[in-house]
Amino acid sequence: MSGSPAVMIEDLAPAELVTRCQAALGEGARMQFMYAWFPEGPTAPELRYVLHPGRGCPPHIWRCRPGDEPPPSLATIAPLLSWYERETTDLCGVLFRGEPLPQPLVLLPGATVDRPPLVPGPMPHLSYTPSPQDLPQLGGATREDVQLLPFGPIRADVLESAQFAFLYAGETILHYHPQLFFKHRGMEQRFEGLSPILGAVLAERVSGVGTVAHALAYCHAIEAAAGCEVPRRATWLRVLLAELERIYNHLHYLGHLCHTTTLKVGEAQGKYLEESAKQINSRVSGSRLLRGLLTPGGLRREPQLSSLVATLAQLETEFQQYADRLAATTSHLDRLMTTGILGQQLAFDQGATGPVERACGLDRDPRRDQSYGAYAELPLSIAIAESCDAYARQQVRIAEIFNSIAVIRAVLAGLPDGPLRTECRPPPRGEGLGWAETPRGTAYYAVHLGADGRLARVKIKSPSFSNWRVFPYTVHDSNMMDYAINEASFGLTVAGCAR
Amino acid sequence: MTLKTILPWTLFGLTEGRVTTRWRGEGTEPGQAAFLGMPRFDPSRCEDGCRECVDVCLPGAIRLVPGENRDYPTVDYGRCVVCQMCVEACPTGAFTRSSDWAFGSRTREDLAWTRAAASPQGVTLKREIRRVFGRSFHIRHVDAGSCNGCESELQALNNPYYNLHRLGVFFTASPRFADLLLVTGPVTYAMRGPLLAAFEAMPEPRFVMAAGTCAVSGGTNGGGWACGNGLDGVLPVNMYLPGCPPNPPAIIHALLILLQRLPQRVRGGQLDSLEPAAGEPHA
Repeated sequence: MSGSPAVMIEDLAPAELVTRCQAALGEGARMQFMYAWFPEGPTAPELRYVLHPGRGCPPHIWRCRPGDEPPPSLATIAPLLSWYERETTDLCGVLFRGEPLPQPLVLLPGATVDRPPLVPGPMPHLSYTPSPQDLPQLGGATREDVQLLPFGPIRADVLESAQFAFLYAGETILHYHPQLFFKHRGMEQRFEGLSPILGAVLAERVSGVGTVAHALAYCHAIEAAAGCEVPRRATWLRVLLAELERIYNHLHYLGHLCHTTTLKVGEAQGKYLEESAKQINSRVSGSRLLRGLLTPGGLRREPQLSSLVATLAQLETEFQQYADRLAATTSHLDRLMTTGILGQQLAFDQGATGPVERACGLDRDPRRDQSYGAYAELPLSIAIAESCDAYARQQVRIAEIFNSIAVIRAVLAGLPDGPLRTECRPPPRGEGLGWAETPRGTAYYAVHLGADGRLARVKIKSPSFSNWRVFPYTVHDSNMMDYAINEASFGLTVAGCAR
Repeated sequence: MTLKTILPWTLFGLTEGRVTTRWRGEGTEPGQAAFLGMPRFDPSRCEDGCRECVDVCLPGAIRLVPGENRDYPTVDYGRCVVCQMCVEACPTGAFTRSSDWAFGSRTREDLAWTRAAASPQGVTLKREIRRVFGRSFHIRHVDAGSCNGCESELQALNNPYYNLHRLGVFFTASPRFADLLLVTGPVTYAMRGPLLAAFEAMPEPRFVMAAGTCAVSGGTNGGGWACGNGLDGVLPVNMYLPGCPPNPPAIIHALLILLQRLPQRVRGGQLDSLEPAAGEPHA
């Protein structure tokens, strides 16, 4: 893959995991995600831990065969791994010794499977009798003012399905618990047995508003496995598509944020600009969500760029006026400032990613730090804000829209000639890791191919899975009136989280 | 503070003028220029023994069926996710790109390609449906496991460009006020119960619409251990709209078919011509 650093794989014994994890975190590394797969049959899981040593370094992979003993949980050292370990227990049947919160994560309360779904073998049978989830014991005889508000899974307006439990007293939220897996579709398993080419069509459909970035991370993984060099023209056009995706997502975000602060004209204008951006997408790609162009080895066809310079210039003018007007609207800004504060250390430890992370002053973005595609050749600037609140998250996204437009303009000005696509055939039993910065943060795809050259295991690490884990920390001890603003300011999707 | 900060928005809103599209289901729509719909299929161009399209169709919308002399492909647009892979794989041009997105259909059968597509049946107006719901129609949307792509386009219906309210169609929070249950996603095991509960809470007469290929047939994401294959066998469906996702005018078109304010355009997997026949209803 052009411009991407090589990924190292290191074998670790289960007994080494704890000390190596402590050492890596001490040196400033961050664990990104972990998963299990079964290269040697259903009784021998292999664990993979993916970590980032730091800026400019490629991701590093630890490979570990646990053997007969359950592997140690690393969740007390690297808290963000807790969700990955619990998911691995649910879907791969691997138990972790000392897991601090051993309840199922992906399987809803009352759902059981007769065999773990991602262990090779026949299709598992699922039985489901809905039952209440475990909530902390608050209130009681002396605190009758503490109320439980269950909300969802079907929520008001056109929204994704998820269930939220609020334990609250008056206006104050004491505890907040989201149940995010009503939408679990078993997407990782849907990849198994597909050809690498068709896998890209499926990757576009994991998280609809992250179509390009998910397909891009997937393609990067396949290209890493195949060791193929994507033609330069394709890498530039992929940047253009990824930044168009960022623009319409962030415009939607701003319109929705205005909805929660009841700034009605601001909402209408934000959503109108989003519509303008989607119509640009449609003219460029034939799809309003930019589907149907990315494929391992390059692009499937040329995007239509003839009118893009003019339409982008008009969008930028209108957006500049919109951003100026938002910046002058104190009633809107008042609701954002100090709302939903996410501390920097918490953001790092719990795995916040994307604009949410960069709004906490954490200067991290794989487009620069683990650079891929053509980003190193383009005028990319990473937007940072320091105030850690809903306002900071809005400011980061506004700055990212301007930068995305600048990057697209540079792509159009310097677009190299040449082929769009190269042969990309990953070898049987090959593997690859790919990543891309979605509008919501970093997505990773880890792919493993079987002896037949088809996909044997695809692990998806989506940014919303990371940010949904972080989000509740900003809700506890906040108040009901700010909740909708805070949730909108995170810009989360449920589909990406549940998969 | 209020006047000083809100006044610029009010002035902007007043001076910006109307941005809403005039589209009401007739003719072409400039905002959808270059949008790719369902690929058109011309089996007379197929070569003997060729199965290139079948092999690249991830959701299994294209299948070989036995014919008199040879097997030939057939298309179920209810499974199509408009990925355009068949267009690229076809060596003879039997599949071509098209802007055919107005695929709302009252019957599942009309989404399957048939050799002799009947000319569109004249719409028999049931005056009662138009009188009761024609200008006040309330939708309860339920996400039964979508990728969020369909939600993105459903949310767009209320932006100033499409401005669904002007047509007398509204989203409502409570199923008890809803006339239509609009479902997206292939129906996950966990959303099946809440979906049925929402339907049970609706007053009669009530309608159900499967929006997006996942809800119509499961598409690429249905099946497996955690998912169903769309709404068939779960709820009685009055309107099928495949698309991945369907664009907002396709959703509006399907809603107006349901309200008998526009004729259905798809028969046997093919669209009729754009010119409405004399005497057909307009929105």
